[in-house]
Amino acid sequence: MILSPKYQLIQKLARDFAEKEIPESMQEEIDQTGKYPESLYRKITDNGFFGIKIPKEYGGQGGDNLAYVLFVEQISRVSMVTSIYISGANSLGSGPLLNAATPEQLEKYLRPVAEGKKFPAFALTEPGAGSDAAGLQSSAVRDGDYYVLNGRKTFITGAPIADFAIIYAKTDFSKGAKGISAFIVDMDTPGISLGRNEKKMGIIGMPTSDIILEDVRVHKDSLLGEEGMGFINAMKTLDVGRLGVAATALGVAQACLEEAIDFAKNRKQFGQRIADFQAISFMIAQMATQIQACRELLYNSAVLKDTNAKDAGMHCSMAKLFVTETACRIAHDALQIHGGYGYIKDYRIERLYRDIRVNTLFEGTSQVQQIVISKELLKK
Amino acid sequence: MKIIVCAKQVPDTNEVKIDPVKGTLIRDGVPSILNPDDANALEAALTMKDSYPGTTVSVISMGPPQASIMLYECLAMGADQAYLLSSPAFGGADTCATSTTIAAGIRKLGGFDIIFAGRQAIDGDTAQVGPQVAQRLGIPVVTYVSKVRELGDGYIIVERQLEDGYEVIKVKTPCMLTAVKELNEPRYMNVGRIIDACEKKESVTVWNENDIGLRPESCGLKASPTQVLRSFTPAPKGKGEMLTGTVTEMSSALVQKLREKHVL
Ligand SMILES: Cc1cc2nc3c(=O)[nH]c(=O)nc-3n(C[C@H](O)[C@H](O)[C@H](O)COP(=O)(O)OP(=O)(O)OC[C@H]3O[C@@H](n4cnc5c(N)ncnc54)[C@H](O)[C@@H]3O)c2cc1C
Ligand SMILES: Cc1cc2nc3c(=O)[nH]c(=O)nc-3n(C[C@H](O)[C@H](O)[C@H](O)COP(=O)(O)OP(=O)(O)OC[C@H]3O[C@@H](n4cnc5c(N)ncnc54)[C@H](O)[C@@H]3O)c2cc1C
Repeated sequence: MILSPKYQLIQKLARDFAEKEIPESMQEEIDQTGKYPESLYRKITDNGFFGIKIPKEYGGQGGDNLAYVLFVEQISRVSMVTSIYISGANSLGSGPLLNAATPEQLEKYLRPVAEGKKFPAFALTEPGAGSDAAGLQSSAVRDGDYYVLNGRKTFITGAPIADFAIIYAKTDFSKGAKGISAFIVDMDTPGISLGRNEKKMGIIGMPTSDIILEDVRVHKDSLLGEEGMGFINAMKTLDVGRLGVAATALGVAQACLEEAIDFAKNRKQFGQRIADFQAISFMIAQMATQIQACRELLYNSAVLKDTNAKDAGMHCSMAKLFVTETACRIAHDALQIHGGYGYIKDYRIERLYRDIRVNTLFEGTSQVQQIVISKELLKK
Repeated sequence: MKIIVCAKQVPDTNEVKIDPVKGTLIRDGVPSILNPDDANALEAALTMKDSYPGTTVSVISMGPPQASIMLYECLAMGADQAYLLSSPAFGGADTCATSTTIAAGIRKLGGFDIIFAGRQAIDGDTAQVGPQVAQRLGIPVVTYVSKVRELGDGYIIVERQLEDGYEVIKVKTPCMLTAVKELNEPRYMNVGRIIDACEKKESVTVWNENDIGLRPESCGLKASPTQVLRSFTPAPKGKGEMLTGTVTEMSSALVQKLREKHVL
């Protein structure tokens, strides 16, 4: 896609920032210690990156989906975990608010997210309800002006650092998905506790944990949107969120390609650069071509979403499915080109390979994307 | 306060190579960027704007229409206005013609307190344009500014970088200051401002020779006495090696190295 100056500059900004502020040594340290540097977090805040996609009237930058995917791709090319911080605020955290919040709720929660003063969590998944999100069992029972929440949310990105969470719970168990409602819950509300910080394969530095709800009393002002509209709210959020996940995967895939090229040009076996073996050079040609195809699919889906095209949602799912699956394959090949060195932590590809993997899993597995796409195509 | 910044769009020399045979720049496919020293010049102006409310920062550039993306970048960093001096008549300018044109543009802009330029453009590399513009406007110039110490009423005190130290110079405003990279760390663009700059058609004002009151024969190639006969990259010098340790250790290491190379 030929990008206009606006998008070229957004891309350049993200690339310059990532390359300058997140050097490889820092990436390694985050991966080894699990600690995300406060100074880096502050720079993200100061530059307004938590609000790229949040409208200007709520303190954000007012970017569209194309701007956002370009930005995330460039950040992720350097540091995938950083892109998870950025998408946590821009996408999963603010999507539910933009879909349904009252003006008061937007002021109280969305503006601080855009300004980097509050970090949000999006809590849908439960131990027994992953792909089958509508099967969730958390409950919200009305008691006068309050709701009382009980249940357990699992694998929640950023829960240990979040100031508030969007919690999806059932206000009416007889109605299935239509009985789900969304709540904005401050994380310091009595009755909330956290599970252990999960030991993950990748994106180390962004904590993930369960959120346990035990008789959590929240005022009815915390209801987000109408009762029973929670599931639609979550699906609308994930619908766009998928673009962000695809962009994240694409950025890492690009990094994998760059590592593979660099390694292949320098490694010598049988008296020549391994890049000069056709088997290796063709693998690289294949990877680069696939990345370009992913890029076009993703950018096009973002534009469809920005222009409210009728089947934009399906295209977002296609982008997530194709880009994340292809990206994982590219990481696999890039590691293969590294030989045994790729299996050693001193080489960047080892971390990229671990980081990239989660993209086919969260915000709807590849199989769930196939469900979304096929339902759209085969609907009666 | 009114501040003007001179900014040039240049090929990214990190990615540019000189054709060793023809001696010309290989510009094909090389991305264009804001000249690095000019980013420092702009940052200096924006820092002043941050501390003196009511300050306006205008960026001026001479270049082809594509240079407007570089001006959008300056606006996205925080500049208030951007002016592009662009016309076929300006093509092929040497530093003499470039500074005539830029000075005419600045006159058209009206009054100013400080003009910042970069020390040097990474493609032309002459470091002449800043001082020449100052000369044409009849204002004092301090080159190689590495620090602003004090901004007072009608004067400014700056540090001027030398190879082995610095000079402290107090200069009357209005004046021209040329920035080196040690002056500051340029800020990033802002996504919201990128969007504003690019979506408003009128955010970059384009002027040709008529707009700035120059006759076509006073600009561009026709007004350029300089002719570049040849430009070349000097063959890189071999890397020096620093020896460390005590004097005895260093001298024996030195003798050993010289022996290895059969000098001794
Ligand atoms: C690092 C990380 C961060 C996360 N962050 C969040 C978060 O912030 N908020 C949040 O709410 N959730 C989050 N999740 C949860 C994530 O969205 C779920 O893990 C995901 O939706 C899959 O659910 P599951 O793990 O229960 O797998 P399951 O749903 O049990 O799936 C297991 C396998 O079965 C397949 N499968 C399931 N149903 C079908 C079907 N109908 N047809 C075909 N195949 C099927 C799946 O594709 C998968 O391959 C996170 C997960 C991880 C790993
Ligand atoms: C390889 C090469 C060699 C050249 N050699 C010569 C030469 O020997 N003599 C000669 O007269 N010309 C020469 N030129 C032409 C020269 O580059 C142009 O005249 C150019 O317009 C200004 O000179 P500079 O790039 O050296 O800028 P410099 O004088 O190095 O730039 C200093 C500062 O002036 C400002 N500035 C410079 N150009 C502009 C502009 N167009 N718009 C706004 N601000 C600007 C910027 O703030 C910049 O940081 C050469 C060009 C090239 C590409």
